[in-house]
Amino acid sequence: MLEMNTDEKVAPNQDQFESAPEKATTGPLPEATVSVRNLNFYYGKTHALHDISLDIPPREVMAFIGPSGCGKSTFLRTLNRMNDTILGTRLDGTVLIDGHDIYSPGTDVVSLRRKVGMVFQKSNPFPKSIFENVAYGIRINRMASGNADLQERVERALRNAALWDEVKDRLKASAFGLSGGQQQRLCIARALAVEPEVVLMDEPASALDPSATQKIEELIVELKKDYTIVIVTHNMQQAARVSDRTSFFLLGKLIESNPTTKMFTSPVEKITEDYITGRFG
Amino acid sequence: MEEHRLIDRRLDELRTMIINMGNEAREAVDRAMKSIVDRDSDLAAEVLAHDAAINDLELEMDREVIEIFALLQPTARDLRFVVAVAKITPILERIADHAGNIASAAIELNNEPQQDKYVDLPRMAERASEMLAKAIDAFNQGDAGLARHIIAMDQEIDSIYHKIVRELMHNMRSEPATSIRFMQLLFVAKHIERIGDYVTDICELTVYMIEAEFIKHRFDSTP
Repeated sequence: MLEMNTDEKVAPNQDQFESAPEKATTGPLPEATVSVRNLNFYYGKTHALHDISLDIPPREVMAFIGPSGCGKSTFLRTLNRMNDTILGTRLDGTVLIDGHDIYSPGTDVVSLRRKVGMVFQKSNPFPKSIFENVAYGIRINRMASGNADLQERVERALRNAALWDEVKDRLKASAFGLSGGQQQRLCIARALAVEPEVVLMDEPASALDPSATQKIEELIVELKKDYTIVIVTHNMQQAARVSDRTSFFLLGKLIESNPTTKMFTSPVEKITEDYITGRFG
Repeated sequence: MEEHRLIDRRLDELRTMIINMGNEAREAVDRAMKSIVDRDSDLAAEVLAHDAAINDLELEMDREVIEIFALLQPTARDLRFVVAVAKITPILERIADHAGNIASAAIELNNEPQQDKYVDLPRMAERASEMLAKAIDAFNQGDAGLARHIIAMDQEIDSIYHKIVRELMHNMRSEPATSIRFMQLLFVAKHIERIGDYVTDICELTVYMIEAEFIKHRFDSTP
């Protein structure tokens, strides 16, 4: 069971917060894969997310930015019900994925988390071989028709994660023998192997060196041709480089969501501009 | 082996855009001058009409440069390249404006009887056009040596210009009835001389892009 630190972090000064808009500013959107309406989330009595409504278009990269403790990772986890694993949490509102409310009774959460995969800040390969790390999800979901199909699916996932060429000659080697960047791409391959529609990434490159980070960023831009990607990042420059749309969160509220070009050249809300220009955060 | 980076595609596109704009500006100069020598007012009108397209190119490039700065954070030689493009873009637009002014002068002159004495204007324009073509090459190839050489060529443009001014002044004194025509030619000469100066600016920015050194406003900017 995950334990979360719900302490409120240092906020901008009160004037900046009070100038934040009541309703988030969002630009026009194509048809959404993920549609969130009036979402409120609680850790026990702590009201962590306030009345968030957001659409995430298909096959684009959406970046969530904001200062530490603003709720962006909490919000990310609502998209595949990972917060269910935390005691005492509660959610009001709706999260529609392809039109289905994932919080409706009877939702198959296992199936949901296959469809909405997740990659974490710290790579967490299984204590298995490189091959078995990717094959595991395929096996338990009974996706392969036979051994040859399994091999093909593993190879495809590793190729899609831009890792195949680096590991094809040592698939039976332990995943722990890979570098940090390679382990992270292995975790991405593991998520891709079960054919998700959406891939959630919670600061996927924050523990990596610049070269490994660059590979992950290039991979993200490549993956969006086939998947909807949602990435939480503390690195605004990274959000600017890889995302199509950016959403700015502050103190549990969604302040603004717009095309990334607009967010980083002429954001609508002053408080967004203050954050992006480093005046707080 | 240099790795492909996220920024590379945008930089390549920016390079294509600036080369294209340079070629558009050069073509405008050539066609404007041709419209004078051939007394072709229709051609002059085409040059004037096409100026809007070159203005649109400038705006498109401004947007692209801003996006690259905002989203991709270029550094080192990439930064110098984008800065150079940002500064060269309005220079090319002004060169195209001068070409438009030459075309306007052509229309005025073509309403007057044939002028026998174009003095050395065609040669001056040809040298300016050649300088601009070489400047675009120097930028595209990253050749600082060529850029410095082109800067030296501007002395020839200036020399021809002063000669033309003397001749036209003489003509205006000796044929006062046709002095308006000679004045128009003087203006054309001035436009070409300014084009030469702008090409020098482009070459100085090319040197900055390659060598990270500002050479403008220095006496020793020539090789």
